Amino acid sequence: MRRSILTAAALTATLALAACSSGAEEPAGEESAAPNGEGSTLTVWVDETRQAAVEDAAAGFEEATGAKVEVVLKNFEDIRPDFLAQVPTGKGPDITVGAHDWLGELTTNGVVAPIELGDTADAFEPVSVAAFTQDGQVYGLPYAVENIALIRNTELASEAPATWDDAIAAGKEAGTKYPLLIQTSTEGDPYTFYPLQTSFGAPVFEQNEDGSYKPELALGGEGGTAFAEWLAEQGEAGNLSTDVTYDIAVAAFAKGESPFIVGGPWMLEQFADLDLAIDPVPSAGGEPAQPFVGVAGFYVSAQSENALLANDFLVNYMATPEAQLALYEAGDRPPALIEAADTASEDPITAGFREVGADAVPMPSLPEMGAVWAYWGVTEAGIVSGKSDPAKAWDKMVADIQGEIG
Amino acid sequence: MSLPATRGSGRTGWSPGFLVKLVLIALVDALGVYAVLAAWGAGSWGILAAMVALLLVANWAYFSKRALPLKYILPGLAFLLVYQVYVVAYTGYVAFTNYGDGHNSTKEQAIEALLVQNERRVEGSPSSPLTVVADGDTLGFAIISPDGVVEAGTADQPLETVDGATVEAGRVTALPGYDVLEYAAVLERQQEVTELRVPVSSDPNEGSIRTQDARTGYVFTSTLEYDPASDTMTDTTTGVTYSPNDDGQFEAADGTTLPVGWRVLVGLDNFVTAFGDDRYAGPFGKILVWTFAFAVISVASTFLLGLFLAIAFNDTRLRGRRVYRTLVILPYAIPGFLAALLWSGLLNRSYGFVNEVLLGGAQIPWLTDPVLAKLAVLGVNLWLGFPYMFLICTGALQSLPTDVLEAAKIDGAGRWRTWRSITLPLLLVATAPLLISSFAFNFNNFTLIYMLTGGGPRFDDASVPLGHTDILISMVYSVSGLDGTAAKDYGLASALSIVIFVVVATISALAFRRTRSLEEIA
Repeated sequence: MRRSILTAAALTATLALAACSSGAEEPAGEESAAPNGEGSTLTVWVDETRQAAVEDAAAGFEEATGAKVEVVLKNFEDIRPDFLAQVPTGKGPDITVGAHDWLGELTTNGVVAPIELGDTADAFEPVSVAAFTQDGQVYGLPYAVENIALIRNTELASEAPATWDDAIAAGKEAGTKYPLLIQTSTEGDPYTFYPLQTSFGAPVFEQNEDGSYKPELALGGEGGTAFAEWLAEQGEAGNLSTDVTYDIAVAAFAKGESPFIVGGPWMLEQFADLDLAIDPVPSAGGEPAQPFVGVAGFYVSAQSENALLANDFLVNYMATPEAQLALYEAGDRPPALIEAADTASEDPITAGFREVGADAVPMPSLPEMGAVWAYWGVTEAGIVSGKSDPAKAWDKMVADIQGEIG
Repeated sequence: MSLPATRGSGRTGWSPGFLVKLVLIALVDALGVYAVLAAWGAGSWGILAAMVALLLVANWAYFSKRALPLKYILPGLAFLLVYQVYVVAYTGYVAFTNYGDGHNSTKEQAIEALLVQNERRVEGSPSSPLTVVADGDTLGFAIISPDGVVEAGTADQPLETVDGATVEAGRVTALPGYDVLEYAAVLERQQEVTELRVPVSSDPNEGSIRTQDARTGYVFTSTLEYDPASDTMTDTTTGVTYSPNDDGQFEAADGTTLPVGWRVLVGLDNFVTAFGDDRYAGPFGKILVWTFAFAVISVASTFLLGLFLAIAFNDTRLRGRRVYRTLVILPYAIPGFLAALLWSGLLNRSYGFVNEVLLGGAQIPWLTDPVLAKLAVLGVNLWLGFPYMFLICTGALQSLPTDVLEAAKIDGAGRWRTWRSITLPLLLVATAPLLISSFAFNFNNFTLIYMLTGGGPRFDDASVPLGHTDILISMVYSVSGLDGTAAKDYGLASALSIVIFVVVATISALAFRRTRSLEEIA
């Protein structure tokens, strides 16, 4: 008898769990179903840094429209895969934060809807709107622009170096442990190395006239080989090393072990007690050193049942200087809205990054970029460490990427 | 025992036990019915069917006289179905589809996405302040054109000038012949509003007004049109017609396809791809051999070290055994992914603790040399795994029957002979199944590889992003693009997972059969 009760209890628990699981999904289903005026709920996915700023903007929106905004906190790394997986099921959000280089994947899978910025488009930094544009359509509302630059410890080096060799010479003169810090690691770091590569005239993809990329590789050829040989040279001279990871580079710079570090605004927190200046990354190959620009923004789901509300929220409430400045204060990246960026530029560090960003190029958002990342860094690391022959390794990398892209 | 059988199962009479059962089943039924209704509401027919079936079986099992065994195993079976059988079956299903980048969703959604992606704002067209209006039940738009004229229209009625409109703050607030909709009313019908296209004129090529925020209207034209009758897409600028192909994409006569596709069944294609790509042929062989070597050596090394320590700490003459035992178990208390990450730092060539402190500044490339990286992986796995083996060996040693050992002693067997002929076989009876499960675990030990070396160092001679320490499961992760290095292909990933499942299942089944011969000794 007791056993029978126990099993019944276990079964109760089983079914209760099953009920809970389907029960838990149910409200989500209702949420995105038939909106009813005042009761409309807009679901927004944000990461932790952006949460407070979006909630503030949402409060104003709720007041003005009577709609409800539900801000859902997610890990930034989870947003892309979850968005791709959940939008088709109808359980995804109406709006999500995201990076512009997801665009290719999101449109190929048909999970984002275009946003018509109208005349508001002119109020944004041109590079930020261009980054979210594909085939003439804008797919995201940009809010922040980020790029790397040369961060200089003014106590150790008083002047901005014009070329890479100047920077190394100044670094050696400073007598610090490292002449210049640039994160490399055994996997390579092509994102951080990109300005050096472009200074040899070897961008990753060919560009159309309007600045957008086409999936034709451009990193081979003479420029690419020259860059590869330069990497080997600098590796041998000890200026570049695969042992320097992000953590090691940041810690060394914070300790004053080098006058220069190539990096972005995300490092600044660790350098709080240093006197800094932001300079362009010095050119190594003679041509301008253009880093990648990453643009952060908001995407609207293609399956949103609240498309009207979502667009209204983004175009009329998130594209305001207040909202963009709130996001800037939360994330430290220069805002994408020009008016907000001007205000933020009162801080010389932000102004420095913004200035460097003005000459930068958007990171390609083509789906083919995944294949490039897979080979790019490892090849660079192999060349820097002296394990592989520079010209041969570079050519093999280009061939391998071409093979992967097809 | 002395109770009559009829009362024992508590199903006859109104005994307290029966009442409790009745209440519990009623609760289960209530929950079940709620779940069924919830599934109905959400349109999840699969869950609904499963819940109904489960409820019927549960009620039958607990009230029937003939279902005694089922009373015990039903809860377990239910969990097995949900967490094992369903997952495996779903993976199996995905393996036969092309689910992945470009084939992420259903055909309806793909069509929707293609249409919306190819609806463009007419270049240089003005942005007009817009008001949503209604003519009876029909929605329409009222806009103010750049020269200040108020125009209105509906889906069937192209824009025309309307006189006598009231304009306040640059927006139409009242319009003869139409009702102006409040924002709340607009929201109520927002789906209709975003789908509404008001033609600019009777010529469809001039485009139509649409709005995304119910405040501003733009002139849009579509470059792609879908014809539901013939199930084809037509590019209105070039006149090319695209029809659906077997791969779940719209394809034109010349073979060009539209970017967004949908999920379809592709039969054995994924399995063919898995073994058909010659770029993978070379690395696959190496990785297969290394996977087996890694799993076998890991099990053997951890078992031997664990066993040795267990025997040593089992000796009653050793002082402070408890302290040693606690210390030895410590690595087991650290989560595997964390430990692997920690070790990758400790083994860094220039800054790692191992090289810098223990080896006095030697620059040994622990993680970047093909051979050393393999040794490092095995070493770290030994460190991670031996406490587990130590625990089970200690347990097994302590439960050995002392009479058998004494008998051996009386028969004059030496210490070595006793160990080899009595202790080890008895120990293996207890631990062999655990060794097999340990093999299966290490065969798929993705965490360690991913966190410690990431599969690196890369093969120099291969044209795929795979490395010397990659095992099959980390290869699957990379090949199917889940790490972001290629277009994601869940179908291929599922197919490869099934292949690995078959390999592990076969080996385990064979090994379990072998262990039966051990049991005969016992």
